[in-house]
Amino acid sequence: MHDDPTDPQRHLRDFIVTNFYIPDGQPLDEVTSFLDAGIIDSTGVLELVAHVESRYGITIADHELIPSNFDSIGALARFIQRKRGRDGGSNGGFNDRLAR
Amino acid sequence: MIHHPCFLLHSFLAESAARSPDAIAVVCDGQRTTYRDIDRRSNALAHALAARGVERGDRVVILGDNTIDTAVAFWAVLKASAVASIVHPQTKPAKLGTLLRDCRARALIADHRLEPAFAEPARSSPDLATVMITGTTADARVAAACERLAALPGLTALADAIADAPHDAPPPRRCIDVDLAAIIYTSGSTGEPRGVMMSHRNMVAATASIASYLGIARDEVILCVLPLAFDYGLYQMILAFSAGARVVLERSFAFPAEVMRTVADERVTGFPGVPTVFATLLGMDSLASYDLSAIRYFTSTAAALPVKHIEQLRRRFPAAKLFSMYGLTECKRCTYLPPEDLARKPDSVGIAIPNTELWLVDECGRRLGPDQVGELVIRGATVMQGYWGKPEATARKLRPGPLPGERVLHTGDLCRLDDDGYLYFVSRTDEVIKSRGEKVPPREVESTLLEISGVREAAVIGVPDELLGSAIKAFVVPEPGVVLDVSVLQRECRARLESFKVPHHIELRAALPRTSNGKIEKSELG
Repeated sequence: MHDDPTDPQRHLRDFIVTNFYIPDGQPLDEVTSFLDAGIIDSTGVLELVAHVESRYGITIADHELIPSNFDSIGALARFIQRKRGRDGGSNGGFNDRLAR
Repeated sequence: MIHHPCFLLHSFLAESAARSPDAIAVVCDGQRTTYRDIDRRSNALAHALAARGVERGDRVVILGDNTIDTAVAFWAVLKASAVASIVHPQTKPAKLGTLLRDCRARALIADHRLEPAFAEPARSSPDLATVMITGTTADARVAAACERLAALPGLTALADAIADAPHDAPPPRRCIDVDLAAIIYTSGSTGEPRGVMMSHRNMVAATASIASYLGIARDEVILCVLPLAFDYGLYQMILAFSAGARVVLERSFAFPAEVMRTVADERVTGFPGVPTVFATLLGMDSLASYDLSAIRYFTSTAAALPVKHIEQLRRRFPAAKLFSMYGLTECKRCTYLPPEDLARKPDSVGIAIPNTELWLVDECGRRLGPDQVGELVIRGATVMQGYWGKPEATARKLRPGPLPGERVLHTGDLCRLDDDGYLYFVSRTDEVIKSRGEKVPPREVESTLLEISGVREAAVIGVPDELLGSAIKAFVVPEPGVVLDVSVLQRECRARLESFKVPHHIELRAALPRTSNGKIEKSELG
């Protein structure tokens, strides 16, 4: 899949639409809250984190796993851009660190 | 202490509000709400419901997240002498419609943000006379929603209804304690919803029992990250209210760092979770950065907590007690393992909760001795009144007990007792999978898959999963000549099922293994 690496919004929207249930009549714009609209719950957040980590090669620390970074397409796109501007490599993200 | 001859579930709120009106009852979304405020708001909402025709014994469905509105609505329904049923906010429209029709709901109180979920089912539920949506029409978004939903019966904005009603006292009490307080929906083995009927007396008895072994005190601050729609979540609020203590409502554990900051800031003393929550907690890289010294106890239920997580919790929180518990909605809870026994019996689910008795029976109903595996039977004041509108399913679970007319609960769970009388869970007699601590009936997932065009056969099993306990795995056989896309199947499931029932893994097969009489042989899948 091709997307503009400087703006992940379109790809994120595709991922959300493909992988989660958007009720009929539910708008999904840049600011729609995933949690308020019942689009994503706690397991969904983990799936989203795993996807973002692998696709964008970033590592998400648990202090970054907060609604202001993850609860809408716009917030998540901005977060990814900030992260990619700051660090590149990945060495085991949130999902890899679950207690084993 | 129970003073009133007719102590109802909401007497807990009334007593705590009378004793310490200025104490904080609920912390939610950064808002702190006192007992006085909850008491007054629920008084007003109870009047508003009564004014709209809600009568003694009517069912009121509450569709909402862990919010202050959901909490107030629960107590208000009880004060209106009606029966509360809190429904999970992730419930899909078709399922919500089934629930509303099943309990013949008279009123629906719903979070306005869930409009896409309730708009259609609310329109097609014949007994529904009142729909209240959260918020006030002074808010443009709520006003717009009210306009869109104007055709719904008796549509009102909740905050407007509360503002217009008397706050100082609740409506007159109509119930006695054998009347129903709540219907808690759970899944039968085929996935059909079953409304577990709980009387006021059932729920007061369960609260008293649990509060006694946990030692719930007035200075408790109890975290609730579990949905109020499930009894485990709901009882966190009830336990807090029974002691005049505080509950911290969080929507979920999806953003653990944020929750843990609240746990530290609020000096949380009681931390109830399910194994998935503890796996996430123990995996946090920042765990050491929070001051969690106020935590006095952890509780875990819904599925066995892996022994390594028990050990990690004990190492990380040496001063906290860890209660491993087990039960089913039909009697709220069966057993708890006293924390002092955890080291010597880590695999046991413990002993009967106070004021409950248990034993095991074989297929013929004969009582079994130690080390024999049989079905668990529960006797006591917490045993449900039955499944709403399902006399046959009720008769299978509730059977004659030792005293004339008495009914005891046949749980359907296979267990074993050791020589000391400690219980060990062996398996369920039905196929239900526990994933993320929630019940997933394979047959419901299978019939959902079979509704999707191009699917010829489907079989669903649970596979071990580090985080979820069990992950849902589906084996799907396409119709001849049809090419199925796994992600499309998952999306179709998401549109029809609560998210925890959606298969995590789907494997396409040309055929499924069968027994000699043609049944799908699930033991050969994996």
